[in-house]
Amino acid sequence: MAGSGDPARGTGGPPRGKASGNGHRAGSDEGPRELATVSLTVNGDRVRLAVPGERTLLELLRYELGLTGTKQGCDKGDCGACTVLVDGTPVLSCITLAADAEGTRVETVESLAAGTELHPLQRAFIDHGAAQCGFCTPGMLMSAKALLDSGEVPSRDEVKAALSGNLCRCTGYTKILDAVEDAARKGAPAERES
Amino acid sequence: MSGREPRTIGRRRGKVNGADQVTGRTRYADDFTFPGMLHAKLVRSPHAHARILKIDPSRALRLEGVHAVVTGRDMPVAYGILPWTQDEYPLALDKARFTGDAVACVAAVDEATAARAAALIDVTYQVLPHVLEPEEALAPGAPVVNEAARHGNVTKHVHLEFGDVDGGMERADATVEGDYYFHGTNHAAIEPHCAIGLWEPSGVLTVISSTQVPHYLHRELARVLQVPMDRVRVIQPPVGGAFGGKSEPFDLEFCVGKLAMMTGRPVKLLYTREEVFYSHRGRHPMAMHYRLGALKNGTLTACDAKTVLDGGAYASFGLVTAYYSGQLVPAPLAIPAYRFDSVRAYTNKPACGPKRGHGSVQPRFAFEVTLDKLAAKLGIDPIELRRRNLIRPGERTVNELLVQSTGFAECLDRVEAASGWRVKHGKLPYGRGVGVAGSSYISGTNYPIYPNEMPQSAVQLKVDRSGRVTVFSGVSEIGQGAESMLATVVCEELGTVPEAVRVVSGDTDLTPVDLGAYSSRVTMMAGNACLRAARELANRVRAVAAENWSCEPDRVVLAEGFAWPEDRPDERVPVAEAFRWAEAAQGTLGSVGHYNTPKNVHGDYRGGTIGASPAYSFTAHVAEVSVDPETGIVTVERIWVAHDAGRVLNPVIVEGQMEGSAYMGFAEAIFEEHVFYESGLHTGPSLLDYRIPTTLDTPELHSLIVEALDPEGPYGAKEAGEGPLHPSIPAIANAIHDAVGVRVDTLPFTPGKVLRALREASAAVAVSGGDG
Repeated sequence: MAGSGDPARGTGGPPRGKASGNGHRAGSDEGPRELATVSLTVNGDRVRLAVPGERTLLELLRYELGLTGTKQGCDKGDCGACTVLVDGTPVLSCITLAADAEGTRVETVESLAAGTELHPLQRAFIDHGAAQCGFCTPGMLMSAKALLDSGEVPSRDEVKAALSGNLCRCTGYTKILDAVEDAARKGAPAERES
Repeated sequence: MSGREPRTIGRRRGKVNGADQVTGRTRYADDFTFPGMLHAKLVRSPHAHARILKIDPSRALRLEGVHAVVTGRDMPVAYGILPWTQDEYPLALDKARFTGDAVACVAAVDEATAARAAALIDVTYQVLPHVLEPEEALAPGAPVVNEAARHGNVTKHVHLEFGDVDGGMERADATVEGDYYFHGTNHAAIEPHCAIGLWEPSGVLTVISSTQVPHYLHRELARVLQVPMDRVRVIQPPVGGAFGGKSEPFDLEFCVGKLAMMTGRPVKLLYTREEVFYSHRGRHPMAMHYRLGALKNGTLTACDAKTVLDGGAYASFGLVTAYYSGQLVPAPLAIPAYRFDSVRAYTNKPACGPKRGHGSVQPRFAFEVTLDKLAAKLGIDPIELRRRNLIRPGERTVNELLVQSTGFAECLDRVEAASGWRVKHGKLPYGRGVGVAGSSYISGTNYPIYPNEMPQSAVQLKVDRSGRVTVFSGVSEIGQGAESMLATVVCEELGTVPEAVRVVSGDTDLTPVDLGAYSSRVTMMAGNACLRAARELANRVRAVAAENWSCEPDRVVLAEGFAWPEDRPDERVPVAEAFRWAEAAQGTLGSVGHYNTPKNVHGDYRGGTIGASPAYSFTAHVAEVSVDPETGIVTVERIWVAHDAGRVLNPVIVEGQMEGSAYMGFAEAIFEEHVFYESGLHTGPSLLDYRIPTTLDTPELHSLIVEALDPEGPYGAKEAGEGPLHPSIPAIANAIHDAVGVRVDTLPFTPGKVLRALREASAAVAVSGGDG
């Protein structure tokens, strides 16, 4: 909800004309903030939005679309909690500009289940206890999905490599690796095309 | 289940909130937004130690979109998690005490505007000399870091002696002594701290926070912001990892509360990752000197320990940490004489506090390595040495803490067998080695942080004709499975299925008081409270059903979604039907249960309550490492983790705690280090520079569950969340010695330190070779 003020106080709407493209640089001479139009597909839905140039894909998902399943852990591309798939490839949405997602197909954790039916990865994560606090889980699941979508049944080392950009602080990774291997063995389902 | 075989507990199953977690539906603090919500940013001191002469917010307030600024003067009430050491303010009042200490906070329409406004707040500082190392801080004439200290920069000095230590050392056939250093580490939960303040015109302040202690936060918000406790509500959504790092009130919670009260608008503050490192409250660095004596046969005669703790700028839990650094050492062994002297010093760095295994992970490293050296000196296998000194169930430790159950011997047996210890220890090729270590930990601290006689945990249950059971509990779900634990207990007692149980937790308006998710207390205390409430309700349902079936109430089985008379299973009905009979016969169904700790388990001396617990868990690890003598790189290949958790309510969750603990200890041994420049600035407050292990770094972890049931625990259960961290570090240290024959007694075990130790060892060999 960043950017939306309280209409009752007359400060509603995005704070145009205040932020520069320089992000947080203080006291800089503020020109009118340029809004760029972005069109992309998010979890199967076509989305067209006007966003400030510095808006990240993570902010677009969380703030503009309310898709809070994707997490912010560091906002610097270090932890992987913000991982989403862009055209099938895992991407750190906190260091991806929304404008750079123009024309792409974005998938977040909210799209993983087919309606009410959990994805085998989700089922395996529950059964194996692969989520403790669950904060890294959405990013972890999306990295794992990209791996499984590649078709081959991965070895444990391949699972480790695929998840090496996703930090987990709770599990020691053991049950996450077990869950991904289990889901892979059971066969990734035909991809639910959005 | 009284007297019957358990039907739900002990079964492997996923968590009750698992589906929410894997679909992105779990809402953490930062996932909440409210109409008109403002965003707040803190202004932090660029100096390690400076008097605040003036704070001028006028430039910030002139910026469009800025709504309010608060400084220390707006909340001039000292607070602190422990009532005896309230030595900090929501925002620094007169002095900033470390680089990153918060001095002001601004609320604006969005985060970017708030950040720009924060930079426009003009703070005039008078820079003061600072002190970063405890040895300097404790020296005469050192700058005073925190005026709350009674003497110099001492937060707490503890000196306790049990038995005849000097006599024990004299009668020892062998003694070993050495210096050890444990570095500072951060919890680095993946979720940064976040809080939202909501002010209702009716006069109620709600704070939503990623805290693990909603009750203590509730008390301090009321006191500091001067709102009656009955008009403060703390909501604690599921927390994205905590590990002790969210177990006291922080600047952000007071600031969003105050700013919401000033503006009438919802206010959110989300720490940046950098700020998480400044708020810290992580592992205390400790410089430790340990001396241990034993007879030829391995019987320990005495232990003498001296420890200096680096506390940082504020006390936090430090008074307890100083005690824990000594009090928790003796178990799991029987040591006839023990002395420890611990001093916690204030320094101009981010405050240290409790991290998983509070205060006892550091001395455990020193003690277990000293034990390993002693074993070598005596020519006794290190596992065997531990076996010869076990404390027995029903005995008290040398410092008088009552141990009612211990599975430590079995833990040693299990890791010995699983790791192939006998064919590996001392027998692997150069560069490869195994090491063992053991430990014990509390299942909840026996006394609350503020003295009172009220229950430490309470649960309310509601059951109705729908068949649904609702559990109201103040426990904090921080990923450890607190809610699943409660649901498991309810299912066991009332015969429902987990899908029919709803747990309402972490909301001070909706739930009875629980003291929080710290000191590994949740299963012991909330579990017992829930067990009592559920058993009472089950007995009422049984009594009514027994009349229907003309049998004795204790012949009524409630299990797995059904109710039936024990000898007539064909008459079974859905358990919801039995609830309906009970509701019809007795009216609305509800019950309460609470837990308070036994008061005969602590030591009879000043400080003897600290370290006391209703029950103790026990752990043994064997670590296998490879050490590259060319590069000094230590690779931990595997860790076998045997943990006595008492009765295991859900093995999936307990194994997860064991693996996560072992991982976190390994991380501290090899990777992580909190380092500061001489200016007091943190050298790398990010998850890139502060290296936490990835999938590729983490060793194989093998969980071996041991169940020594404890009479105090629910069904005999004990803790599993913190104990299994302790032995990782000394087991790795001892394995390095087994691999390459050198000791690295300073953490972390970096390539540089290993190489230096190897070089010194070969130089020593060369010298002695020359002499000989």
